[in-house]
Amino acid sequence: MSATPNTPAPPAAPAPKTNRIGLPKANYEGGKSTLCLGCGHDVITKQIINAFYEMGIEPHKVAKFSGIGCSSKTPAYFLNRAWGFNGVHGRMPSAATGALVANSSLLGIGVSGDGDTASIGIGQFVHLVRRNLPLVYIIEDNGVYGLTKGQFSATADLGAKQKSGAVNEFIPIDCCSLAIELGGTFVARSFSGDMKQLQTILEAAIAHKGTSVIDVISPCVTFNDHEGSTKSYKYSKEHETPVHEIGFVPFFEETLAEIPVGDTKEVAFPDGSVLKFRGVGRDYDPTDKEKALKTIHESHGKQEILTGILYVDPSKPSLSETLGATSEPLTTLPLEKLRPGREALEEIMESLR
Amino acid sequence: MSSVLTETTSRAGASGEAVVNDFSLQVATANGSGSQTANSVLMRSIFRMGVPVSGKNLFPSNIQGLPTWFTIRANKDGYIARKRDLDVLVCMNSETADDDVRELRAGAHVVYEKKLGLENPGKKRDDVTYYAVPFAELAVKITSAPEHAKLRKLIVNMIYVGVVAELMGIDPAETEKAIAKQLKGKQKAIDLNINAVRLGLEYAAQNLPAKIPFRVERMDATKGKIIIEGNMAAALGCVFGGATVCAWYPITPSSSLCESFIDFCDELRIDPDTKKKNVAILQAEDEIASIGMVLGAGWAGARAFTSTSGPGISLMSEYIGLGYYAEIPAVLFNVQRTGPSTGLPTRTMQGDILLCYFNSQGDTKHPLLFPSSPEECFTMAQQAFDLAEQLQTPIFVMTDLDLGMNNWMSDAFPYPTAPFARGKVLDAAAIEKVKQTWGRYKDVDGDGIAYRTLPGTPNAYGAFLTRGSGHNEMAQYSEKQQDYVKNVDRLVRKFDTARSMVPKPEFQDRPAATAGLLAYGTSHYGTTEARDKLAATFGVTLDYCRLRALPLQAEAVNWMRRHERIYVVEQNRDGQLVTILRDELPELATRFVSVRQYNGLPLDATTVIDGVLNDAPASGAGSDAKKGGIDA
Repeated sequence: MSATPNTPAPPAAPAPKTNRIGLPKANYEGGKSTLCLGCGHDVITKQIINAFYEMGIEPHKVAKFSGIGCSSKTPAYFLNRAWGFNGVHGRMPSAATGALVANSSLLGIGVSGDGDTASIGIGQFVHLVRRNLPLVYIIEDNGVYGLTKGQFSATADLGAKQKSGAVNEFIPIDCCSLAIELGGTFVARSFSGDMKQLQTILEAAIAHKGTSVIDVISPCVTFNDHEGSTKSYKYSKEHETPVHEIGFVPFFEETLAEIPVGDTKEVAFPDGSVLKFRGVGRDYDPTDKEKALKTIHESHGKQEILTGILYVDPSKPSLSETLGATSEPLTTLPLEKLRPGREALEEIMESLR
Repeated sequence: MSSVLTETTSRAGASGEAVVNDFSLQVATANGSGSQTANSVLMRSIFRMGVPVSGKNLFPSNIQGLPTWFTIRANKDGYIARKRDLDVLVCMNSETADDDVRELRAGAHVVYEKKLGLENPGKKRDDVTYYAVPFAELAVKITSAPEHAKLRKLIVNMIYVGVVAELMGIDPAETEKAIAKQLKGKQKAIDLNINAVRLGLEYAAQNLPAKIPFRVERMDATKGKIIIEGNMAAALGCVFGGATVCAWYPITPSSSLCESFIDFCDELRIDPDTKKKNVAILQAEDEIASIGMVLGAGWAGARAFTSTSGPGISLMSEYIGLGYYAEIPAVLFNVQRTGPSTGLPTRTMQGDILLCYFNSQGDTKHPLLFPSSPEECFTMAQQAFDLAEQLQTPIFVMTDLDLGMNNWMSDAFPYPTAPFARGKVLDAAAIEKVKQTWGRYKDVDGDGIAYRTLPGTPNAYGAFLTRGSGHNEMAQYSEKQQDYVKNVDRLVRKFDTARSMVPKPEFQDRPAATAGLLAYGTSHYGTTEARDKLAATFGVTLDYCRLRALPLQAEAVNWMRRHERIYVVEQNRDGQLVTILRDELPELATRFVSVRQYNGLPLDATTVIDGVLNDAPASGAGSDAKKGGIDA
């Protein structure tokens, strides 16, 4: 199968830089963003494009999913040579689940927001994580509803101030600790202002054969970037606390230029990719579930925004494996594999006589 | 409102003269007492004697303790609708015994647990015949072994099977075969149950010299037939129809459809080479997730379905609208029941016709299929997948609790020979031919149906982003009013195309009839029985149309145009199909007379006969037969 999409030839020379499967970055781009100028989401979009380009994924093998909200518009802004499914508010995980069990050869990426995930979508989010569907699930987390003009979402911090001055009186939902609690196999938090870390996390998530929950603090420049906000760019920059430096060596590379040096912990993926972690001033083990939860809980009291791959366990079976389903796409199975023979029907009829 | 019809069998039974192969027998027990096996054995014994039979379970929303009634109707002429009056009652439940007997018609026969004391002074009715049996005492006899103590409650049921067999002339050999069938190879259980039946037979032979005049005699009307529940038949249809993704959430009365599908797939969908399953079945966290999964799978190119009931459809509504606008194949079985939450979740109803036809926000309309038999559950399930992919839209298969969960006699199912109709899908080579001129929502053929592509197809020209109502024909985001109107008008064209593709109506016409009965789904049985009786007993000649789908087909409309008066029979309060007919055929609106039963019980013929006879088809044409047709 050719990896080259059938698009009109690009303008003549110089020959563009290409990735490991010979595609230029333009093949990973999407439409023009209609989000506000300076929106954190656009930075995430850019890093998604970079990650898929660097990982050398064929765009037509990617399936993009989203719900409703500013975040959920972004699949239109990356990989427009991939198919996309814009579902209904808070219910993207179910559509992704159906599509990806139907065709497990697709690589799924879902983009959601804090309202779409933690408020209206908390139910489907919870069950997505429990099932370990192979899906890169990004929460573009800014603590407010953008499209409906600035109401708090369920990740807004206690005491955070709205632009109008209203104060949030309700305990926030931490999607990362929730995901770890539910048996999540890849749980990360990042910040749209930390592009390098975000891209590394995305690349590792692409290699992970399970649900990768990536909660990305992504300031809303229009409704939540003021004094008193705990999701503003300034506040996030000041409070971001990486738990480690991350290096990712995909299966197709021998080494990575910027592997952290020093005491590193390694986590290997079934495909041969390796994650390398180096501690930064604290002892953090992303494979120790209980300790990870404790550390995240403690960070809430210290107003720290912990970032990094907070928990990872690549060994758990993916949903299709758990279901015992064939690895062939169910969508193209021929009639002979689906319709039992005449004698099978006759046997059933006989048992009912 | 009293019935205008006195059922002929009632008179016969009362006079003591034998009535052969024509009765309605009810067993009243408590839920969870294990009577289901005994009742099935009783029904199957009659079936094996060649007599047409149906079995309907009236059960509570409860696992143990609340009253349950199982009604068997046997009829030599093949009428298997629920009958309003009972001929024989087996009374095992102390909670309901007094009411059960009080409600019997004069001339009925009651077999009862002796300790209920139904013939005590003050209780005994002198217009019914009693047969007292000490069931509990008899049960102790054969379950005296300590390991059998727990079975006592269950074995009592098999004793009444024996008593009834003796009193009504059911061949014990057939009963024993039915037990063996029911308990598939569990020899100890088979022996114990056969002993219980024999005990009942012997007791009745020795102690009850007078027999019940409703007799079972061997005939030859069930040869080759099967007994099956509609849900199981639909599940089998999904297997043979090539379904590859099933997502569901448990809800009575639909759960057994997906559970049957799971069982069948464990046998029939295991790849012989890899031992992996050629299917993915997901029990979702709720119905919203079920339909999301089905739409995701349909979008990816799988044949996907869910099964639910009205409350589930309500939850699914938002996504169903997206399915309609994004044009994604999906199959939804709605095994209809009565309304929301607690109350009568275990009673039948055709109450979701409007809910499903117009389901979701904005302008939406969906094809509905109306199977009325297990065989049609099987064939229409397969058709539904073809239609969903051909029309690229959600298709509703509208069954109900009566069809889905009760035992139906059926012809053996025909083996499907047609290939799957997978609709307009472009593969990589086909995309290459049209390149950028392809538009996901472009009506190339004039039938309102565009060409779709599937994710993963190795041709980037085929990629697009699926979204709701705001798109142009190239699947690009658009909020332009012209694009919106153009798109929804095309969807109307597509719906018109559907008219000629959905299952066509069936007609039974009589010479010179100017009026007709129209029914769908399980209303078929009470309606056709009523039609015969109206002709035979009251001289009222009516044609009959069984509607098998919406949108309305030309054949159905033509039939309606030919009839001056049309009695539309359905099982809901508001005449939901009549509402649709009057809306879509305003020039015929005054011809429709709505005949309805909505008490949660399967439709009986008496309701229909009353509805027709109470109608005054004179000048004030079109007024509903509001007075009639509802049994209290």
